[in-house]
Amino acid sequence: MELADGRLQGVVSSGSDIGRVYVSSIAAESYAFACSTNNNRPCGGARGTFCNHIRALVGEAVLQYGAERVARYLKAETPGGEPDAEALVSVMTGTRPEQGDASAAAPVFSRFLRHLAYLELEPTTAPLPEMQWFPATRTAA
Amino acid sequence: MRTDLLTDPVDGLDEALAAVDAFDRVLVAGLLRPQPAQAAGLAALAHFVAGTPLASLVPEAADKAAAGAAGEDHLVALAAARTALMGSVHDALTDRVADVTGRPRAERSTRDTPADAPGANVLAAARAWLCDLARAGWQGIDHELVAGAGPVVSAMLPDPRLRRQATLLDGFAAELAASCPGATLEHVPVRRWADLWTRALLLTLPGAARTPAADTVTGRLLPLGVDVQEHATAVQAQVHAVLEPSDGSAPRLVRAAVSAPKPDTVVGAGLWQLLRPRMSLLGAVGEGRAVELDAMPVTAEGDLVWDDERARTGEFADPFATARVILSTATDPETAPLDRHPVGIAVPVLVEGYTAEREDDGPLTFTVAGHRLAVDTARVPAASPLSPETVAASGACLGLLRWDAGEFVLQPLAVETTVRKKTVAVHAGAWAGGTTDKVGARAEKAATDSVAVLRERAGKLLRK
Repeated sequence: MELADGRLQGVVSSGSDIGRVYVSSIAAESYAFACSTNNNRPCGGARGTFCNHIRALVGEAVLQYGAERVARYLKAETPGGEPDAEALVSVMTGTRPEQGDASAAAPVFSRFLRHLAYLELEPTTAPLPEMQWFPATRTAA
Repeated sequence: MRTDLLTDPVDGLDEALAAVDAFDRVLVAGLLRPQPAQAAGLAALAHFVAGTPLASLVPEAADKAAAGAAGEDHLVALAAARTALMGSVHDALTDRVADVTGRPRAERSTRDTPADAPGANVLAAARAWLCDLARAGWQGIDHELVAGAGPVVSAMLPDPRLRRQATLLDGFAAELAASCPGATLEHVPVRRWADLWTRALLLTLPGAARTPAADTVTGRLLPLGVDVQEHATAVQAQVHAVLEPSDGSAPRLVRAAVSAPKPDTVVGAGLWQLLRPRMSLLGAVGEGRAVELDAMPVTAEGDLVWDDERARTGEFADPFATARVILSTATDPETAPLDRHPVGIAVPVLVEGYTAEREDDGPLTFTVAGHRLAVDTARVPAASPLSPETVAASGACLGLLRWDAGEFVLQPLAVETTVRKKTVAVHAGAWAGGTTDKVGARAEKAATDSVAVLRERAGKLLRK
């Protein structure tokens, strides 16, 4: 999941089939949304409005980045007080956003697969001095 | 500790950094069609290394680059000149740190080991990509150019001998990708990207990343604390410790690191889980115990190359006791010539008798004997009980002295605070080996679940 290229985009697990994942995205400002499977078939739920995968994506983004940062990136203003995932979704769907273009799904998915493969690499104990340029941070980047 | 020396100016520092900055600005617009201002920046760099062994190579490289005709060798020569300048800054700063701590420096072991130069082809591909970056400039980067690093990183990662290069390129490319297209970039991290580019380019040369573990050490390892470094797809935990050699020789400061590539969704407590199985030391640190080492491999830079077979968890050992009793007599390790850069300065120190001050949301500072020392609480990892509030309320701090943005800063590894008239220690790495703390345990559970899901997906999706 990432806030990049003017979109909130990420890979969401299918609720029914464990071999399937969806690539979901919402564009900043226009809230144009797209959702398709890893085999590039459009998601059945994403017709006319946000599907459950896109809703799940917003929920996860709020957990990882904080609602404020997500709202700022997507340029979504929630009326009154602190934004949360539910308020964000309702503000965005309230503007009746259009279905976006799913062409960015392929690179997002291939990057996801590449990083998934990192789990199978062995940790090492030889020092990596270059990591000094990448300090840990208490606040999620 | 002579804290008064931390704020004294260092001779020649500003001049050296000005030459570095002049070169760094050249990389913003790129070397495809250099402008007169860029030629001046290149000349400034060349001028600074005039009295060094680089004196013949660099002016030629600067001329070629200014004419828009720099080949790979020329760019490598420029990167070498910049590295030499940063090396001199590093040396001046570490000399200053040695004056501050009053500790002896270890003697450099000069034992030579056979050269090992793996992955020549993939390193050449990395070099070509980095040279293309320099030609495009930070303002000229786009997704297509940045994506060129992907196949290189994927080819390097499976070989543990190429982890340094792979991890650096992966983090650098991700940062560039997040800033594409460069043409509309409002703020360019000029010094930082030039740092990463320079180091990455030099690491593509045969033997540059060599850190052979030529010696072994036997004795008692007394951990001081854990420093965690991470980017979206990699993490490293580095334990700083004092080693008491069993042969009776002087105690020395050493480090032990464990690192792993990771998916970007593994964060917080998940990082500890990823690293824990590979290094029993993290468990020992979490419990506050010493470790007995038997012929553990060590590099000339004081980095233990950890092997669980050669370590046995020992008695309880309070890091603050270690710091008060032995730290001042321990020798500081030397830095490998190519690794000399201010970012690598991370020197364990104990600071006591300060008053902590914080103006509203501003940075925390300790005032020690009338001198202010900035405290960098942001470097404490997310899965840790050490909060900025705890640091602000502390009476003693064990930390790493670093140099960042033109000043010395203290990164806390652990603090002592008084709770109901009792002194308690809070460690940044307290959860390294697991935790029974309520908040920590919840984080552990969430991380376990998310990694289990990812592994399951990996099993299904990667083997189709």
